[in-house]
Amino acid sequence: MPNALKLLQNKFSDCIRETNCHLGDTSAVVNKKAVHDILEFLRDDADLNFDLLVDLTCVDYGEGEPRFEIVYLLHSFKTKARIFIKAQVSEPDPQVQTVSDLWHIADWYEREVWDLFGVSFKGHPDLRRLLMYEEFQGHPLRKDYSIDKRQPLVTAEGTNNSQITPTLEQSQQAMEEYVSEENGLSVRHMFLNMGPSHPAMHGVVKIVLELDGEKVVGSDVGIGYLHRAFEKHAENISYTGVFPYTDRLNYVSPIINNVGYALAVEKLLGIEVTERCKYIRVIMSEISRIADHLTCIGAMAMELGAMTPFLYFMQAREAMYQLIEEVTGARITVSYVRVGGVKADLPAGFESRVHDQLKKVRAELKQVHRLLSRNRIFVDRVQGIGAISTADAISYSFTGPMLRACGVDYDVRKTFPYSNYDRIDFDVPVGENGDILDRYLVRMEEIEQSCRIIEQAFEKIPVGNVMVDFTGKEIPAEKMADLGKFGQTEGLLLQVAVTDPTLLGAGESEHAEVRHADKRVSLPAKEKTYASIEGLINHFMLIMDGHGICPPKGEAYFPVEGANGELGFYIVSDGSDKAYRVRCRPPCFAFVAGFSKMIEGCQLADIIPAFGSINMIAGELDR
Amino acid sequence: MGLRSLFGGDNVVTTKLDEAIGWARKYSLFPYPFVTACCGMEYMSVSASHYDLDRFGAAFPRFSPRQADMLMCVGTVSQKIAPVLRRVYDQMCEPKYVIAFGVCTCTGGFYDNYATVQGIDTILPVDVYIPGCPPRPETVIQGLMLLQEKIQKQKHEY
Ligand code: SF4
Repeated sequence: MPNALKLLQNKFSDCIRETNCHLGDTSAVVNKKAVHDILEFLRDDADLNFDLLVDLTCVDYGEGEPRFEIVYLLHSFKTKARIFIKAQVSEPDPQVQTVSDLWHIADWYEREVWDLFGVSFKGHPDLRRLLMYEEFQGHPLRKDYSIDKRQPLVTAEGTNNSQITPTLEQSQQAMEEYVSEENGLSVRHMFLNMGPSHPAMHGVVKIVLELDGEKVVGSDVGIGYLHRAFEKHAENISYTGVFPYTDRLNYVSPIINNVGYALAVEKLLGIEVTERCKYIRVIMSEISRIADHLTCIGAMAMELGAMTPFLYFMQAREAMYQLIEEVTGARITVSYVRVGGVKADLPAGFESRVHDQLKKVRAELKQVHRLLSRNRIFVDRVQGIGAISTADAISYSFTGPMLRACGVDYDVRKTFPYSNYDRIDFDVPVGENGDILDRYLVRMEEIEQSCRIIEQAFEKIPVGNVMVDFTGKEIPAEKMADLGKFGQTEGLLLQVAVTDPTLLGAGESEHAEVRHADKRVSLPAKEKTYASIEGLINHFMLIMDGHGICPPKGEAYFPVEGANGELGFYIVSDGSDKAYRVRCRPPCFAFVAGFSKMIEGCQLADIIPAFGSINMIAGELDR
Repeated sequence: MGLRSLFGGDNVVTTKLDEAIGWARKYSLFPYPFVTACCGMEYMSVSASHYDLDRFGAAFPRFSPRQADMLMCVGTVSQKIAPVLRRVYDQMCEPKYVIAFGVCTCTGGFYDNYATVQGIDTILPVDVYIPGCPPRPETVIQGLMLLQEKIQKQKHEY
């Protein structure tokens, strides 16, 4: 039994209802009255030191009793251990003690749970809706709220201004109310709305600012303008059908989301993909990461008025998109990964083209370093600005480049290596000051490290040995399918189907290299589907509603290093072909939650680079 | 009363004038990018150097609705942001055009759920629909050219 559970048992023996070690995840179901004390103990105990509240979410068991389960996931930087704490809450009036006094981030996590599930938190300072709007009736992630139950649109006139700028009178009234005394002078603070339709807010975040002159005194960040019900969709569609939705979480690096989700389902199923497939996932993930960092830095520089780096980086990103398109058939919304593998193998000659493009990326990187890294104007605007202390960053549950800029070398690829990242040699750059400059420098260095990872992955990737000896000729896929339909299957399996370009690499010859052999999860090779009844049945079984991939009952959490930090998928399976609950732990949620802290005391104009540096991606923020 | 009735309805003067104004207008579109989601990535690509919308006179985004005459609605519109979109549209001066960029704005796309508006044409009029999820830059350029064609062939207010 892990250390943490033993200590918990000793100290809170009568509050622990159940402990579990399932699929390597340690968890304890505790009495809901003791949640706060237990979490505080876990955080403060010198040996355990679970200082990061990675996630806080809820599962609705519908008819079951107790109905709700609040799930806390803690991580310790010191011991690298993780623990799930669960508290069961029943109807009516579901309520638990807040932990927002222990971790800053809990404030937002709890607001989200209140908003989507209607579980309230006792002692929470400001329990408002977070993702939905005030006029919304009900709690959409509850099982009794159906996915297509639409509510009437709030018109600009009818809203109580939760979504739109306050009127002039309201701002004036607010100003009257917020008069404070400073050195005998009465100071009037001004209120200003930034967003949601503001170019620097990337269109979907609203910040209400309280200003003293140009200085930011306080702020309230509003999100949810791009809430698209990812988690609800994931409960209503087969496991494979979720991939297109994951693409649109962090749409700048979709493949990483694909990989994260696939790994979570594979963990539930207990399967491991082939070596070649692992490296393909690494290569494609790193290409995506480069594209993501390029976009983030380019956009931030552009918002500061440096147009040239943006154009250079867009050019480099275009090179990455071309590579992605070559492999997946799409530029952005790729849906490339599958449970148990990837859609298709890499195309011939891909490696050399990657090396060419990486050369281009490195050249642009050098250019931008020359343009920005020691540019007085740029450095003056980012050095020491928007900084956050390491302790606050951890309390806000920062991960990824933002946390590394504060000097903590936490990287999921190193701490919990997946997909053979442990066999690859790369550095994790860290900053010191946690300001915008450090974030910029960390991301610049990570691009270089990603290039290194890709190069090494190509050295290590096992070459696909062609398994099937093709004596037959190539015939178009539709013709093969027609022959199959009419039963003319004699010798047909020996032919090679010439498929649509987007399916290149999904044929018999590469199939075993990139797909798990398990028939319960992998679609058969195209030739098998077209030319044999077994293949066709296998294909149908996986596609048909009610069949498909059915992981055993249970739950699993899998973290990967997204471009913004720890991206985790928490999946609860009830044994059917649709997940019972899918939770995505979005990395940039933490940054936006901590944004108010970051800009406190800054100038109004500093908000723009600060916001650019957190790389807010609305798709993953609002889901 | 406009010039058109002064010239006594449609005749050679007004049609030539329409043509001239249309020609001028179609090459000086000032887009207001209302960017919310993934389609924004392709919007970035089309407006950056590789695909270069500037070739069509529509590169310079104005972030004030008062200065823009083309609303490019890029990305999913949720119930929460819909009133904002409507307000931006209302604040734009005539003549104004709307492009629905991406299938989400056309029909709601595959987000058939409680949070998403099922097509922006339920809240404002749309001139050109660009399908695709996201549309490729080439498709966007084609959509823009269709709008230019529409403007060229339009009768204008003067
Ligand atoms: S159309 Fe597709 S790419 Fe565009 S915003 Fe909608 S989901 Fe995203």
